[in-house]
Amino acid sequence: MTLPAFLLFLVFALGPLLVAFPLSFTQWNGLGPITWVGLDNWAEMLRDPIALNAVRITLILTVFSWLLQTPISLLAGVYLAGRGRYRALLGLIYFVPLLLSTTAVAITWSNLLDPNFGGFNATARALGLTGLASLNWLGRRDLALVTVLLVVTWTFIPFNALLYQAGARQIPRSLYEAAQLDGADRIRQFRHITLPLLRYTMVTSSMLIIVGSITSFDILFVLTGGGPGTATRTLPLHMYFEGFQSYHFGYASALAVLLGIVGTAISYVLVRVSGFARVRSGQMEAT
Amino acid sequence: MATLSVRLGSLAVAVLPVAWLVIVVVPIYYMVVTAVRPAREYLTGNPWLPSALTWDNFAQVLNSGFAVFLRNSVIVTVGTVACQLVVSLLAAYGINRSMSGLASRALAVLLLGLAIPVQAAIIPLFLVITRLGLYDTLLAVILPAVAFNVPISILILLTYLRDIPSELYDAMESDGAGPFRILWQLVVPLSAPALTTVAIYNALAAWNGFLFPLILTQSTEVRVVPVGLYAFKNDHAIAVPAMLAAVLLSATPLLIAYVVGRRQMLRGLAAIGA
Repeated sequence: MTLPAFLLFLVFALGPLLVAFPLSFTQWNGLGPITWVGLDNWAEMLRDPIALNAVRITLILTVFSWLLQTPISLLAGVYLAGRGRYRALLGLIYFVPLLLSTTAVAITWSNLLDPNFGGFNATARALGLTGLASLNWLGRRDLALVTVLLVVTWTFIPFNALLYQAGARQIPRSLYEAAQLDGADRIRQFRHITLPLLRYTMVTSSMLIIVGSITSFDILFVLTGGGPGTATRTLPLHMYFEGFQSYHFGYASALAVLLGIVGTAISYVLVRVSGFARVRSGQMEAT
Repeated sequence: MATLSVRLGSLAVAVLPVAWLVIVVVPIYYMVVTAVRPAREYLTGNPWLPSALTWDNFAQVLNSGFAVFLRNSVIVTVGTVACQLVVSLLAAYGINRSMSGLASRALAVLLLGLAIPVQAAIIPLFLVITRLGLYDTLLAVILPAVAFNVPISILILLTYLRDIPSELYDAMESDGAGPFRILWQLVVPLSAPALTTVAIYNALAAWNGFLFPLILTQSTEVRVVPVGLYAFKNDHAIAVPAMLAAVLLSATPLLIAYVVGRRQMLRGLAAIGA
């Protein structure tokens, strides 16, 4: 009974992942023969300034994504876990971005931020804010990464807020009632009850943000295509361009393996520290 | 000091949620309002207040091939969900009922799959798909979409199946029911909420999926919605209002589902982190 699922998983997911490693020692243009070149691709990676830059950009994006998304998601999630019609209504709207594909989000933002015709710059012009009105958000080398970071934050906060909301709802109300009797104010309650009890949620959310940022492709691909130049070209984008645009599939595989190792290592920590490990061990005992 | 911090806290609780509301709503409002404004006033009119409302932009994108993209996305989504429900329910049931070491070893391998970043496997996957002769077909999008979500789907189902008391299985077995009758008459009804979560999670991933169709298909006849949107962005024949009309159209089925079954949708969305 497990066979169909297992076979599909093997042929279209696990198998390809494992094949990426040997493929990284070859040269292949996508059509012709696959030839063995040893460590050439890996040596090339160390000499490729775009690859090194991609690693740097990926790291910046990951660190700042986490720094921006975590506090906002935490506050929004805890707020939405509270009761009341007003919060329920806000929650209804807060989660709408979750329904949009990253392509849809990227297209909406790139039009909103268009320096000539977009709503943002037009509004700045109308308000007489000439400094803001002339900014080319996604077209300037020094600005594009910041803009991308803000759009990524906008896109993924709702998901993380949802996780924190679910976590905060698990906290027994009696704890807050007891704290109130002891005269603890809202901020103290947050620091001494909410925050410690949300630590597992925080681990899950943090790891998903980190792995998501390291492997994020869609939103950057549509928003900037890695540009201007290579200013927002992350590791997954570099892999895509090397493979599917330049047909250096061997070299692209080496980049993919690097991505896979980092992503898997972090996911492994996620599986160990968060709830997945508990589900797993419980399952092992049951079987 | 204490009263000051209380006041600051109250102020933050009053102000911050509204600030975030504005940040969330502004781009969505811009998308909607641009999609329904006459295309000719896009460059000159007030970006936030259209002078008239029109459906023309929707008609334009639907006539530019978007109807085909929508149809393809429906096929991919329905195909992915149907296939996923069948294979992952069978597997979860098999693992749950089996006493053999093989089943638990299969589970261990599947759990490994929770950690596979799609991007790391995409080049060999391209190789597999082309060698199987599936390149540029909708099946090339469906099969990997199912495969990569098999682990999470099985896990969601397993946590539910574990709570079915074994007495129920024993009772059905003593009535002479085979494994498939037990599956259909006992397991499916009892795990309906988990099946719904699996269906929603996979449907959202399939409907919004971009990387698989981008790399594993090519022709406009098999183009799905997210790739279609991307193609519109680079096609200068498509005006911005029409492009944003396409964006709105792409989200409409999910927005309707959200209005109808918000709880189930959110549970499906949060499945990966729960």
